Amino acid sequence: MRTRLIATVLATVLISLLVAFTAAPASASPTPGAKPDQGITGTIRGPDGPVEGVMITVLQDGTPIGGATSAADGKWLVGVPKPGVYQVTLDVKTLPTTLQLRNPGGETLSNLRVQPDAVKFAIFPLVKAGEGAGSGGGGGGGQLAYLVSVLLSGLEFGLIIAMTAVGLSLIFGTTGLINFAHGELVTIGAVIAYILGTSLFQWPFIIAIILAIVGVGLLGGIIELGLWRPLRKRGVGLIQMFIISIGLALFLRHTILFFFGSQREQYLQATTQTQLTLGPVTISPRDLIIIVFSILVLVGVAVMLQRTRMGKAMRALADNRDLAEASGIDVDRVIRNVWIIGGGLAGLGGVLFGLTSAVYWDMGFNLLLLMFAGVILGGLGSAYGAMLGSIVVGLVAQFSTVWFPAELEYAWAMLVLIGVLLVRPQGILGKLQRAG
Amino acid sequence: MDWVGIFSSALSDMIGPFAAIYALAAVGLNLHFGYTGLLNFGQVAFMLVGAYGVGVAVVTFSLSLWWGILVAILASVVVALILGIPTLRLRGDYLAIATIAAGEVLRLFFNSTYTEPVTNGAFGLGPTNNEFNALNPIPNGTYQLGPFQYTSSALWVMLVTWSLVALACVLVFLLMRSPWGRVLRSVREDELAARSLGKSVYGYKLQSLVLGGVLGGLAGVMYTMDISTQFPNNFDPKVTFYLWVIMTLGGAGRIIGPVVGAVIFWFLFSFLGAFLGELFPGANTGAARIAIVGLILMLLMVFRPAGILGDPEEMRLEVR
Repeated sequence: MRTRLIATVLATVLISLLVAFTAAPASASPTPGAKPDQGITGTIRGPDGPVEGVMITVLQDGTPIGGATSAADGKWLVGVPKPGVYQVTLDVKTLPTTLQLRNPGGETLSNLRVQPDAVKFAIFPLVKAGEGAGSGGGGGGGQLAYLVSVLLSGLEFGLIIAMTAVGLSLIFGTTGLINFAHGELVTIGAVIAYILGTSLFQWPFIIAIILAIVGVGLLGGIIELGLWRPLRKRGVGLIQMFIISIGLALFLRHTILFFFGSQREQYLQATTQTQLTLGPVTISPRDLIIIVFSILVLVGVAVMLQRTRMGKAMRALADNRDLAEASGIDVDRVIRNVWIIGGGLAGLGGVLFGLTSAVYWDMGFNLLLLMFAGVILGGLGSAYGAMLGSIVVGLVAQFSTVWFPAELEYAWAMLVLIGVLLVRPQGILGKLQRAG
Repeated sequence: MDWVGIFSSALSDMIGPFAAIYALAAVGLNLHFGYTGLLNFGQVAFMLVGAYGVGVAVVTFSLSLWWGILVAILASVVVALILGIPTLRLRGDYLAIATIAAGEVLRLFFNSTYTEPVTNGAFGLGPTNNEFNALNPIPNGTYQLGPFQYTSSALWVMLVTWSLVALACVLVFLLMRSPWGRVLRSVREDELAARSLGKSVYGYKLQSLVLGGVLGGLAGVMYTMDISTQFPNNFDPKVTFYLWVIMTLGGAGRIIGPVVGAVIFWFLFSFLGAFLGELFPGANTGAARIAIVGLILMLLMVFRPAGILGDPEEMRLEVR
């Protein structure tokens, strides 16, 4: 029974990883041209392809270190003499008049930290002139393509939230604990993959991801065995445990900040890629992989919950703890497995979130409130509800950027949470008795 | 290591403006959680609307300080009603998530380019305390008594805020001796029992949320009187977590608990900052200090959830 459970989860993860990363050889060649000891590189790319002849200047403390002009394929590379923090400036005057930077003030990227013997990627998002951040696309087909791309990025974001929220929901369902430290599991997953795949070691990304999943899964198990199980045995109340998890979150988050620093880092593997065009839609291979891979993982989790004995035990426990215990389910073991699986999923979600945005110390905390929104929207304690609710939250967040400033996308998602509590507190798939 | 300097600043911060402001907000939180059992994790939202209520009135609309304070109080009441009406009928943990989310929503909105014409967004709003400083009766200069050292404006903020704290404590004390306070505590102890006696549990919870929220709003007013220029990011969820540490450290459900908690918290917080700063120069000791606060919150909740003054028998923490 245990082997079957672990086999299902492992097989899903491994197969989808293999499919995903062998299908994308493009992402495996990050370094263009000759390689200095360390440097800063990037690809200048507009919506219609690479842009040639854009001048880039690298500065340190205001002193120019070097410069480059983007080549025919849009690539540029500036070597820097030593590791450290640099600023990169794009000369707006050398941009074609049809293009502009997506974000105002985006021509300067400050605080780029170059690691020893590593090449740092600097990304300047470009859009067609006249399309600022958050404004709608042009007319006709452009508008449709824009909405489809928003739909896809919302789906991607929602799937990432869903992956992390399933664990949160299962933990709540089986133990009654609102795990406020779940966001930190997400961050730790992203940081493990960053250390193994980008900064300290440049191991193949797939290995870094697997180790991040395993590492955070184990951490989840350790937290359960070392902290929550003894507290449950002591009869500590749920509100007390909720506050303890807030303390744990503060502790973990700021420990990460202490060691990792406050900067935002990119994975080596998160390079700008050739956009794939499918009909009216353009999508980068990275985003496509993340969407397909997340769907596979979530389906795998659903199959695990439906078909394996352990999955059934988890659902039984979430449904009615006393009844589950009375029918001979080993509650402690089920809860331990929930923590391991929930932790692993959180770690994986962290890596994917880091790929789409950046790796930074409070990324998980930013995601946590969206996870809560997804979990409550779907119905507290229901794993499928968490998946559904999270996808809705992701879509709301991304679609809000069509009409409102992008800086508020998280705020809209959280307003959905408050709105749901007003109208249907038990959520889409939840049961009323939990809410009352 | 400069022990004299470290202890001098820690002792000064122990009863300094921030300790007073946090004590005031924690008295409000204590009313919510300690006496009514409400899991309010968005007390910072009340501080934010308090600070911005007075800030926007004074700076953006050039009204007088008194109108600003009125706006701040009204804004706190409105936030309490908006938060309370949907969530107070639900189980406690819903309120916790909704309040923390509301705090973040407010912070993000006040920080956005959207509201910039009114709040000046991420560039900060100020100076908010010109009129308050003009009322300062204490002559300019720096005052020192043993290890305690303050500027005259800090002393003025301390004088007003600690007076407000004292008034709030007296108010809570009187309220808790009144029939109203007894119902409130019965709501905390056993909601069903209170309801079966014909009490409107929902109404009492809402009144408690509004009253404690106004105290939080006043703490926000005093905060902006102290720092003069405020930024939305001053009001992140960490502030609420500090308030929880303060309340549980002193003892939830005790009149004087939040005051004792604030004094001890700010002594420790200031001491840790200076001590760690000298121990690991150059490292991010601000982060280490907050990590330690998290650890303290965990240990307190595990080993002494009733805090220093609390009665472990009275404070049973259960989901209701």
